Amino acid sequence: MMPEPATTGDTKAGILTRLLRVDRRILFIIIFLCVAIPLLTGARMKMTVTPPVKGLYDAIDRLEPGSTVWLAADYDPGSMPELYPMNIALIDHLFSRNIKVISASLWAPGPPLSQRIFETIGPKYGKTYGVDFVNLGFKEGREAVMLQVAEDIAKTFPRDFLDTPYDQIPMLQEIRNLKDVKMIVAISAGYPGIKEWIQQVGTRYAVRIGGGVTAVTAPEMYPYLQSGQLVGLLAGMKGAGEYEQLVARPGLGTAGMVAQSSVHLMVVIFIAFANVVFLIEKSRK
Amino acid sequence: MKLFKPILILVVLAALVSAVASGHLSSRILGIWVAALLTISIFSFLYKDNRVYKLAEHLFIGISAGYSVSLEYWNVFRPNLWNPLVQGLHQVKMSHLFSIGGLSIGLPHFPGMLLIVPFALGIMLFARFSARLTWLSRWSIAAMVGSYAGLAMIGALQGDLVAQVKANMIPLVAPGSVAALGAGGGADARFFAFLGVLSNPLIIFGLISTLVYFFFSREHKGGLGVVSRVGVWFLMISFGASFGYTVMSRVSLLIGRLHFLLSDWLRVIR
Amino acid sequence: MRTEVPVAIAFVAGMLMIVSLFVPHPFVAVPAGVTRSWAIIITAFAYVLGVANIARISLETVRRRSKDWEYKAVLLAALCIMMVLGIGLGVRSGGAFDWAYQNLYIPMQSTMFSLLAFFIASAAYRAFRARSVEATLLLVTAAIVMLGRVPIGEHIWGKFPDLTEWIMEVPNMAAKRGIMIGAALGAISTGLKMVLGLERSYLGGG
Repeated sequence: MMPEPATTGDTKAGILTRLLRVDRRILFIIIFLCVAIPLLTGARMKMTVTPPVKGLYDAIDRLEPGSTVWLAADYDPGSMPELYPMNIALIDHLFSRNIKVISASLWAPGPPLSQRIFETIGPKYGKTYGVDFVNLGFKEGREAVMLQVAEDIAKTFPRDFLDTPYDQIPMLQEIRNLKDVKMIVAISAGYPGIKEWIQQVGTRYAVRIGGGVTAVTAPEMYPYLQSGQLVGLLAGMKGAGEYEQLVARPGLGTAGMVAQSSVHLMVVIFIAFANVVFLIEKSRK
Repeated sequence: MKLFKPILILVVLAALVSAVASGHLSSRILGIWVAALLTISIFSFLYKDNRVYKLAEHLFIGISAGYSVSLEYWNVFRPNLWNPLVQGLHQVKMSHLFSIGGLSIGLPHFPGMLLIVPFALGIMLFARFSARLTWLSRWSIAAMVGSYAGLAMIGALQGDLVAQVKANMIPLVAPGSVAALGAGGGADARFFAFLGVLSNPLIIFGLISTLVYFFFSREHKGGLGVVSRVGVWFLMISFGASFGYTVMSRVSLLIGRLHFLLSDWLRVIR
Repeated sequence: MRTEVPVAIAFVAGMLMIVSLFVPHPFVAVPAGVTRSWAIIITAFAYVLGVANIARISLETVRRRSKDWEYKAVLLAALCIMMVLGIGLGVRSGGAFDWAYQNLYIPMQSTMFSLLAFFIASAAYRAFRARSVEATLLLVTAAIVMLGRVPIGEHIWGKFPDLTEWIMEVPNMAAKRGIMIGAALGAISTGLKMVLGLERSYLGGG
């Protein structure tokens, strides 16, 4: 008996099903093009500033010139595309408001990243190391370091990143512990990070905390925003881009938004297409 | 022939080092090229697992391990342990306990003497490498685990439990939200005013239903089952939000790398 | 000795941390501060122990010429060179150690993590299916958040960012708060068990 010829519907279903099983390297190429083309064209998109970002900006804007802020650069190169641009924008804002910055890190790769930013932005505002900003370097110990710094910074960091003794750094002579700083700005890639600063220091010592996190961590931070334990939050590269817009210093955060948009749109199309085919196949069974 | 590849690699490395040392090659340009080639080596994994990727992977592990140890040495070991101990040893004094026939018997002491304890506990950690002495490392592990368990407890208690329960004690209807419903405006404004009225009850009930879902002491049947099911819906919304943000995060990392390749290496974008 | 002393050490260290939250008197605060500074030092040694373990295992693979021994040799060489550069020559900017950090460590770690973008997109296409009400809820929320969190969402519908922000601030926040409270209760009970010596699995063998 001759097999029945395939119907047009069967052929279409076969094509759709085969599309679902396409080699994943084709998908990789599509994603690569979605990122590369916008970067090559240099396209830009304006974006709305969200309330958490505005909250941090306003909190820093309200600080008195001459006051000191503790900047916790708790991240590594793996998170640089998201956190480095926000670190730059935050330091730019702090320096423009004449706020002194003490930078320290609970992640080993953190201090050189901060140092690089200080050396780039400091001269623009005429800031001097040791007088307007200092990099205390890295300390292992996670929550123990946080609590010790809340009580005695010099005991935790007897020397700074450039190996200068604590008591020889002019701006630190009146800073004994975290109660002497106006705010903690924590830029975090994970553990230990902003959550531990809130748990260990923010509530216990009533220090205001704001900062930035990778987009992966951001959804978990919303309870802290609502409770007031966080004054503001930058989430990922988008958050960095919004802050760059506020301080009028476009950087990678702004440059990457069109590429980010195109990939997001493509992923949504992937999901929608795959589920439409799935539902068609399901209805045929 | 077997030695050809290693010798070739060594010759190339030696040539590069001497070119940089003599100023013929900028260390910055060399660095960008090395970074770009390593980036492409790791991206080659997307095609398939290969020897170049494996080489880069193992190189990365070695470099990151060496980097961490160096940082620990300069940032913790030297300033917090070694320097205070050595400086203290220059100021050793004897405390008098008792005398025997005119001879004073006492104990030596110096500033920072107690640091011998964490030093010893740190060294004892390495007893893990000996099957016979591994029990010694338990003392050090216990000191760390006890400290951090205590710290985690108080952090969770004050930062999460108390503060978050307190923050959820909000009025059932947000003040002004009902009035905003009747304030007029377009369809969008009315839609968001409606969401504003729903916000507080959803927050309160969302938390309760989520906690009910995690309550496993009773079977989720009847009314408890219904509330638990609603809790699952809230959890699914939060997981969807987390997935969206995770995509955002991963894509950002890719944008960063491609930006480096196109800007710093190939210089086709500013 | 082998179990009782470590359990006692954990008890003292843990209780000092807990009591210091409630009793600020120097009688508690001073030993608690000392314990914290000791924990910092011991943790640094633990880090070195981890690296020493990697070195030990890799050395064994090279010695026995086991599978992939050449790669382990590269690992050991890189480890030794970085340690010589870092400990011997210092970790300051501009040196060889800093050059290796900027041009080897940073690019490789960044690239390793950026691979995930490809895999998450591929997984979304091949595996993400609306098989149930819950899965559909997850998918729809993910799509709204992905579009609303980037500028293109605003161009599709001007209020997309506001809708996304509402989702993050209300249903997402409520669920995350529930998870957070549950996790906090778990952390408190597990921490208490460890400090009181009821949970001893961290002691391991030996």
